[in-house]
Amino acid sequence: MSGALKLIAQRIALGLLLLLLVSILIFSGTQILPGDVAQSILGQSATPENLANLRAELGLEKPAYIRYFEWLAGLMRGDLGTALTSGVPISEAIAVRLENTLFLGAFAAAVSVPLAITLGLVSVRFRNRWPDKMISASTLASISLPEFFIGYLLILFFGVKLGWFPSVATVYEGMSFADRINTTVLPALTLTLVVLAHMMRMTRAAILNVMQSAYIETAELKGLGSFKIIWRHALPNAIAPIVNVVMLNMAYLIVGVVVVEVIFVYPGMGQYLVDHVSKRDVPVVQACGLIFAAIFIGLNLLADVISILSNPRLRHPK
Amino acid sequence: MKDELKFLSQRVAKGQMDRRAFLGRAAALGATAASANTLLSSAAMAAGAQKGGTIKVGVQGGSSTDSLDPATTTNSTATQISRLWGEPLVELNADGALDGRIAEEFSASADAKTWTFKIRSGVTFSNGKSLTADDVAATIERHAGEESKSGALGLLTDISGLRVEGDKFIVDLNSANADLPYLMTDYHLMIQPNGGKDDPAAAIGTGPYVIKEHESGVRTIAEKNPNYWDAELGHAGTIEVLNINDDTARVAALQSGQVDLVNRVPPRVAALVQRMRGVTVHSVPSAGHYVFIMHADTAPFDNKDLRLALKYAINRQEMVDKILFGNGSVGNDTPINASYPLFSGDMEQREYDPDKAAFHYKASGHDGSILLRTSDNSFPGAPDASQLFQQSAAAAGIQLEVKREPNDGYWSEVWNKQPFCTSYWSGRPIQDQMFSTAYLSTADWNDTRFVNEQFDQLLVAARGELDQVKRKQMYADMSTLVNQEGGLICPMFNNFLDATSDKVAGWGPSKGFDLMNFYAPMKMWVTA
Repeated sequence: MSGALKLIAQRIALGLLLLLLVSILIFSGTQILPGDVAQSILGQSATPENLANLRAELGLEKPAYIRYFEWLAGLMRGDLGTALTSGVPISEAIAVRLENTLFLGAFAAAVSVPLAITLGLVSVRFRNRWPDKMISASTLASISLPEFFIGYLLILFFGVKLGWFPSVATVYEGMSFADRINTTVLPALTLTLVVLAHMMRMTRAAILNVMQSAYIETAELKGLGSFKIIWRHALPNAIAPIVNVVMLNMAYLIVGVVVVEVIFVYPGMGQYLVDHVSKRDVPVVQACGLIFAAIFIGLNLLADVISILSNPRLRHPK
Repeated sequence: MKDELKFLSQRVAKGQMDRRAFLGRAAALGATAASANTLLSSAAMAAGAQKGGTIKVGVQGGSSTDSLDPATTTNSTATQISRLWGEPLVELNADGALDGRIAEEFSASADAKTWTFKIRSGVTFSNGKSLTADDVAATIERHAGEESKSGALGLLTDISGLRVEGDKFIVDLNSANADLPYLMTDYHLMIQPNGGKDDPAAAIGTGPYVIKEHESGVRTIAEKNPNYWDAELGHAGTIEVLNINDDTARVAALQSGQVDLVNRVPPRVAALVQRMRGVTVHSVPSAGHYVFIMHADTAPFDNKDLRLALKYAINRQEMVDKILFGNGSVGNDTPINASYPLFSGDMEQREYDPDKAAFHYKASGHDGSILLRTSDNSFPGAPDASQLFQQSAAAAGIQLEVKREPNDGYWSEVWNKQPFCTSYWSGRPIQDQMFSTAYLSTADWNDTRFVNEQFDQLLVAARGELDQVKRKQMYADMSTLVNQEGGLICPMFNNFLDATSDKVAGWGPSKGFDLMNFYAPMKMWVTA
């Protein structure tokens, strides 16, 4: 077991190092964007006088690397700073947005992950027969359509024609849980349709791979039912690749949903980040970028840990 | 007489007197038929207004970076929100003239260098404090101060002093300006307690509504201010502003009944939206114009013949038909159209004329292609418009090369920097403001690099000219100068395209911005 612990500790340390490198990358990225924050805040109607006043107020005349280290030091103290544009403390504003994003991601994951794995199992059970072909065809069709198109179709049918769910998914604080679920059904469904195929196909492929093994044949010869073989014998040994794909898709549900947020007017992190990029609000972009990076790295780390723990050879090294 | 007429009109509205009898009485009292009719319809509107309920507005143009500080307002959503909680000194009315809001009345000294605004009494801020002339002075001081980053700073540079005498707020100017009150309609200049110097983003004002919840770029909930002084404004009990930037989502929200009003219906779907059940599209002429701008001081655009060649090489009607889908009007290479109070329609309309274009192009001696930069961010459909221009210019033997620039950073990297690009101007309430902002040779946003001594002299002279007939002629002359000499190619003026559901009523004409100059949620009411 100590071998596995060492491996896990190594992964975590690497993850943190990666995060630091990412923060430098994000900062350099924001520096080479054309235009500047003062111009973007004040818009087309800014005079040079306006701009000079605002730049001085925002401390933009300091060199970039000093601003970076000041920000990093603040971060260590748990202070994300204040947004240059609205003057609001970033942590407060981000907390609400992050909560919304995690809610939508969790909602979509709660539907899509079990569904994808079940469909994957069913596909394997009926491999190359009509249920398998139908599942593959429909999920591949939904992944092939662009997100915005799926979103618009759902709005048209469920929002406008049938009127079952609101087309605008604006959630706010103080909303009841049931209201929140009702409001976010359409974006969650859109995301589900987008990520389903990837996870389903991977589950199917990973299990089929295992199904070639000798012990599956043994299980069959023992006379076990085909679902039981897949569920008890094949799935546990196919966990590692499935978990990797599931985590990759969960990371996507959190960091890659800006289009869905825009279409459904969902107040999540994606739209928040894009707004601040276009206003060159570097501290906010940094903070969002870092949170996204942390989530991405964290979920991949979790996938690694689960793979390690699910692999007896790694759990009990010689 | 006025009070008696008003009383009678209300009796008609309540059904206690018939219309014919009213018009007869009005004539007997010396009113013209037109003014009696106006009075009648406004009384009917007022009688019809239902109080209470919730109006939801879906507005395009906001962002999560917006602050509630009116000094930093740059977009539609933020403007809409400050209209709810705040109020300017004066406001544009439907005829393009001015109504007193916080200022009950205003007048100029004979030389138009000193303006006096009498502040309305009995007005209170939403925090309970009474409004005084000092608050007004402090507000203008905050926006005009040297440290200011207000969007209104450029308008206020000519102010030499601000004074308060009792309930009067007095502005002293360096030079005469017959239009100063118009500057006070600017959407940044919301009167705040102590000018907003203590807490600029507190959203405390004297407006008809009070902000209850606000999340920038998402939604704002405002409730009726029970102490608001004007019973004509603010019928709904609650106004909810939703920021919906995606065009399709905004229209779908209106269609599915999640909002009652939206702005900026995309021109290409306006006809389809009009066909939806329970939805009305309002196409309102505006002073906004979609333009191609050339730097008149940069080669090859420093050649007047080349500028004229390009002006004759554009098909204006085609642009109105294909870019605005008919929701607009042709421009005439001047930023002024009939929206302006002192517009003169005497100037000959410049038409698409490939022969004249070819003639001037030849005279310019230019050879090779001309680079035109564009992006969808400059105006909706700008890349398409650029290609239409490319085609119509090719017919005159002029080769345009269209380069598509990224949306992001267009206003800081391309506009007002590159010599030839597409752009948008939202227009201003009066000619003086439009010309001073973008055509005066020393203006910061002189984005066509228009330097014309005669124009500058006329601009200053017109500002101090109190004789409206002379002024109108001066502005006409200035438009002609821009049309002949300038670097502006103005093919079209866009209409505002708003849409409302039949759950609300009370839409009326307006000047200024879209959504009835953003007063629609307050002037309209929920139908029973």
